[in-house]
Amino acid sequence: MNGSEKPLLKVDKIKGFYREDFGEEVKAVNGVSFELNRTEKLGIAGESGCGKSTLAKCISGLFNPPLEYVGGSVFLDGEDIVGLEAEKLKKKIRGRRISYIPQSAMNALNPTAKVKNLVWDIVKQHNPEAKRRQAIEKARKRSDMLNLPERVLDEYSCEFSGGMKQRIIIMLSTLLDPDVLIADEPTSALDVSTQKALVKMLKGLVLEEVAGSLIFITHDLTTLRHATDRIAVMYAGEFVELGTVEQIIFDPVHPYTKALISSILVPESGIREKELEVISGKPPDLHNPPEGCRFYPRCDSADRQPERCGRKRPEMVSYRGRLVRCHAAKEKVTANNGEEASRNGK
Amino acid sequence: MGNDDSLLIETSGLTKIFGSGANRVTAVKDVDLEVKEDTIVSLVGQSGSGKTTVARLLLLLIKPTEGDIFYRGEETSRYGRKAKLKYWRNVQGIFQDPYASFNQFFKVRKILKDCYKLFDSAPSGSIKDRQIKQALEYVNLDPDDVLDKYPFEMSGGQRQRIMISRAFILSPKLLIADEPTSMIDACSRSNILNSLLNLKAEQEITINFITHDMGLAYYVSDELLIMKDGEIVERGNVVRVVENPRHSYTKQLLKDVPTLEEEWV
Repeated sequence: MNGSEKPLLKVDKIKGFYREDFGEEVKAVNGVSFELNRTEKLGIAGESGCGKSTLAKCISGLFNPPLEYVGGSVFLDGEDIVGLEAEKLKKKIRGRRISYIPQSAMNALNPTAKVKNLVWDIVKQHNPEAKRRQAIEKARKRSDMLNLPERVLDEYSCEFSGGMKQRIIIMLSTLLDPDVLIADEPTSALDVSTQKALVKMLKGLVLEEVAGSLIFITHDLTTLRHATDRIAVMYAGEFVELGTVEQIIFDPVHPYTKALISSILVPESGIREKELEVISGKPPDLHNPPEGCRFYPRCDSADRQPERCGRKRPEMVSYRGRLVRCHAAKEKVTANNGEEASRNGK
Repeated sequence: MGNDDSLLIETSGLTKIFGSGANRVTAVKDVDLEVKEDTIVSLVGQSGSGKTTVARLLLLLIKPTEGDIFYRGEETSRYGRKAKLKYWRNVQGIFQDPYASFNQFFKVRKILKDCYKLFDSAPSGSIKDRQIKQALEYVNLDPDDVLDKYPFEMSGGQRQRIMISRAFILSPKLLIADEPTSMIDACSRSNILNSLLNLKAEQEITINFITHDMGLAYYVSDELLIMKDGEIVERGNVVRVVENPRHSYTKQLLKDVPTLEEEWV
C-alpha cells in the first residue's frame, strides 16, 4: 500500500470555505489530506455539520458559490484536478472518473422521464459518439447486477420504492465506470434489510471493478464497520483519526472517536448495562473555530492540558498504526521514539 | 386482567384502513397492545409497517376504522372535546419530524406557554416562566438563546429537544415518542435518550417508544413489540425477544441489524 505505486486519489490539505454575506466565512473543510488506492473502500464518519458532504464536493471539484476553493489539491492519477477549467472538469472528470452521489439524490430523479432516458442523457453528455442501444444494453446489465427488475428501464422513477430508487441512482452514477465513487449517506433513509443489501451491492461494484474505489460518507459507524476497509473520523472540518476498521471501531485513540464509538447502540448482550457517554457542549461554530485543538472545549480526556490543547492546533501524527490528531498521542509518540513522529503526519 | 390498576392504555382489535376500493391500504391490522404504568414499551418495525399510524391512533389524532383504545378502562371513542383535552393532558407525543410539529409563526416562548392551556388551573405567570426555563435547561438548551427564536431558526436536534421540554412541563402519564432521535447524531442521541430516561425516572412517566432502531429499543425498553405490515408479529420481554426471537421476521430483522462483533453475511 505504501510502496512505490502511486495512489489513485491523493487529497492534499484541501480547504473549502463557505463565503457568506458581509465577508464572513464558514471554515467547513479545513485542510483534509488522505490517499485512496484502487479497489479500496474508505468511510468518512462524523456528526452532521462536520463538513463530510462539503469534503465530497471539494474532492469532486464542485466549488459552486457559496462554496469557495481556498487551498490544497486533489490529485487523480497524479493530475491535479482542482486547477482544471470548469468545462473540462465537467466533461472529463466528474461523472466519468469521479462520480458523486449526493445525499438524498434518490429524491431528485426526474419523475417525468423513463429511466432509460435518464441513462441515455448521462451517456450522451459525456460521450457524443455513444450509441443509444449500447448504452441501454449496458444499463440493463448493470441493473441486473444491482438486482433491479428487467422492467425498471422502461418505467418512471416515481413508481419505485426508496431502496429501488437508491439502486437506480447507483446504476446511473456508475454507468461510466468511475474510478472514484463517492456515496453520501446512501443508506440513511433505508430500512435495515435494504441497507444491508445496498452495502453488499456497493462492495460488489468495487469487487467487480465497475467502480475503481469507494468513498462512503455516513454518520452511521456501524454501517461503515461492514462497508469499508478504512474509516476517517471527521470533526469540525478536519480528520481527527484515520485508520483501519478494526483500529477505529475496536481500539479508538482520539477522545472524539472514543465518544462516538461508545454512543453506538446495537442489540448485543451487554449493551443494556452500558452507560451512554455524552459529549457535553456542541460542535464549534465554524465561523470562528477554537484556536487550539478543535475538540478541546468538549474533550474530557485525562490527558487534556489547557496550555497545550487550548492554544496549539494539533497535527496528524502516526500513532499505533493509524493517523490521529491529538496532542496527547503526539506526546506519547515523541516519548517512544522521536523519529517516527511526523512521517505521515504533515 | 389481574392487575388492572397498572394498565394505562389498552387497545383491542385496533385497525386503520386508509382509502377505499383499489387504493385501500390497511395500515394497522387488529393490533392489541397493553402499556403498563411505569414501563417503557417499544414498537419496532421497518418503514411502512404502520408504527406511526399506531402513534397517531393512540394520540386520538385519527379515528380507528375498527377497534378501540382504552385509557384506564375508559373507551376513548366516546370522548367528547372536553374529555379529549383531558386525555391530551395525560397522553402526549413527541413526533418523528420536528420540522413539521411546531407552528412556524410562534416563538418558542409561546409554544411552551401554550402547554398551560391544557392545565385545569394554570400557575401564575412568574411560575410559568420559571418552569419553562427549568424545562429548557433540563434538555440542555439555553433559555436566553432559544426562547425568542422561531422553530425554523433552530436545528433538528434542538427542535426535538423543545418537544421533550414540552413533555417536561406537561408531565404526562404516558409519552408516545415516535422516532424521537431519528434526525439526530449518535452523540446528541445519547443526550436525548438520557433526558428521556431521566424524565421517566423523575416524573414516573410511562413511555411508548416507536422506532426502527433495534439497538435503541433494546437499550431503553422493558417490553418489545415487533410490527410488520400493520400487524404485531412478536411481543415479549425485550431480552427474550432479542436473544431468543421466535417469529421468522424478528429473526430476519435481528440478522440484518449491523452489529459490531459479527460480520454481516
